[in-house]
Amino acid sequence: MEIGPYLLLASLEGAVTAAVLALTAVGLSLVFGVMRVVNVAHGEFFMLGAVLAWWISSQVAGHPSLGFAVALLVVPLLVGGLAALADMTILKRISYDPERTIVATIGILYIIQQVTLMTYGPDARPVEPPFNTRLAIPWFEFVEGKPRIYWPWGLSTTTYKLGVIAAAALVLVGVWLLMARSKIGLIMRATQLDRDMALAFGIPVERVYALVFGLGAGLAALAAVLIVPIQQAHYLMGGDPLLLSFVVVIIGGLGSLPGTVVAAILIGLSDGIISVFFSPTLAKILATLLVALVLVFRPQGLFGVRRA
Amino acid sequence: MSDRTKTLILHAGLLVLLFVLQFLLPAYHHGNLARIMVLASYAIGFNILFGYTGLLSLGHALFFAAGMYGMGLAIRHLGLSPSAALLCGLAAGVAISTIAGLLALRTVGVGFMIVTLMFAQAGYLTLLYFGEYTRGDEGFVIQQAERILWGLDLSDPTNRYFAAFALFALCLLLTLWLVRAPFGKVLVAIRENEERARMLGYDVFAHKLGAVVLSGTLSAMAGAVYGLLFGYVGASFASVQYSIFPLLWVLLGGAGTVLGPFIGTLFMFYLIDLSSGVTTAYMLIAGVVLVALTLFAPQGLVGEIRKRFWRGLP
Repeated sequence: MEIGPYLLLASLEGAVTAAVLALTAVGLSLVFGVMRVVNVAHGEFFMLGAVLAWWISSQVAGHPSLGFAVALLVVPLLVGGLAALADMTILKRISYDPERTIVATIGILYIIQQVTLMTYGPDARPVEPPFNTRLAIPWFEFVEGKPRIYWPWGLSTTTYKLGVIAAAALVLVGVWLLMARSKIGLIMRATQLDRDMALAFGIPVERVYALVFGLGAGLAALAAVLIVPIQQAHYLMGGDPLLLSFVVVIIGGLGSLPGTVVAAILIGLSDGIISVFFSPTLAKILATLLVALVLVFRPQGLFGVRRA
Repeated sequence: MSDRTKTLILHAGLLVLLFVLQFLLPAYHHGNLARIMVLASYAIGFNILFGYTGLLSLGHALFFAAGMYGMGLAIRHLGLSPSAALLCGLAAGVAISTIAGLLALRTVGVGFMIVTLMFAQAGYLTLLYFGEYTRGDEGFVIQQAERILWGLDLSDPTNRYFAAFALFALCLLLTLWLVRAPFGKVLVAIRENEERARMLGYDVFAHKLGAVVLSGTLSAMAGAVYGLLFGYVGASFASVQYSIFPLLWVLLGGAGTVLGPFIGTLFMFYLIDLSSGVTTAYMLIAGVVLVALTLFAPQGLVGEIRKRFWRGLP
């Protein structure tokens, strides 16, 4: 293949990564923005989403798309509920102290991961996609100065992958509407702006926190349900999304939703393209160091505005 | 009896006890205790930064691995003697902790935790990337012939125990000295109120950097000795898990106490040792203990003793 179709293929794969990453990272960013705590267990909620999607789709008889649809509806609610429960039983009791929250969520990370290992086991398991038609993509070349359309071998995508991108975009618009246009979004933003003032105006801040924590975990789980037909469910799969979400949230500016989405697209696409040309390990080293240095030299993120 | 005498009796007593146990313990626990003493030295290094300076690093595996690989690669590729290799490990620890400290200390609070975590992750991935030299996850073995330090064969259990004991005693006495020294007192002042320490005219950044380097160097020393005593160097010692372990040990034993790191390591080691016989998901115990500690006993075991019975305990 020439370089052109190769790049197109890499950016298509990158777009799927970016879509899933944007959902996961927006969840992390929401929790950080409103609650001012870092949830290290975020990747495990992602993993839990994938594993539960496998479990539900294997329980539901009939056409695979039925099981997938049930998983898509139920899994984010289940995971979100579990996260809200963890918030109320653990994080609330340490009064959201930023450092102790990190230690506690590291504990939650190991609990979720190891309980999954004990029940689900160490195997990777696939989920059948609800629809999956292969789409070949045309490319053009110049033959004797005239453009000609042809179908390069291997240049194709599937309807499912396009569906993932569309679904993620839809959900992101939904989250934005929720935050910017709804009453509950107004309450969340009020809590984010000034916790004590919100409390004084009668906003049940603790319930808002539980809701936000659940919403963040639910978004990660939703992303995992979407990706699990492409990438199998495994109990250690939470590490990479956690790292990449950190990268995205920090580069996009902690707590800024539009910045997070832009950074997710940037990171997702470049991750796809860089991995084609360099080793994935090197790409990860560079991304990790980049994030650390952004935090050191530009803590408001590349797109963020410095807060007073 | 003054606090000072009581403190001396307590800590000297522990060292005498550990020395005597060498002759009493059955082989299995004898080997475990040697391992625990080296890991406790790592925890002591972590405690200087976390317990006394109030800086929580989530990337101490970087320093532990720097010492271990500095030592291991010097033996494997340069053919150095163990004593020279130990110095290499130590030098690697000083260099990497200085660089990491200079960069990471520009951030505060949660930023510091994430930056150290990222540095350690980058270090771990770098070890994997240069797998040709480091043997990556698989690691490499240091042969028995390469582990003879000043005529002592460190693969022999008795020698190994004494070497571990010497390292642990050194680290313990160092912290004991540190808490009385002016430098250590300034560190505690920074932990308690950074602004006030700055107002009083102390160079906060220099003291914090000193703490990072001291803490990183002790961790690197523990890593180098660990590799030499147990004859194995592998990338798993650079993974996130080995950054979380010292946090767990120190939290369990009591942050900011001299004995806490040892007590925490001892408890956690046997807890994981016993549970890994029952299930492969032994890290579950670590998770539950972490959550329980943040909820119910943020002071840790020795910290609770200090709070309830003996306020002068260092």
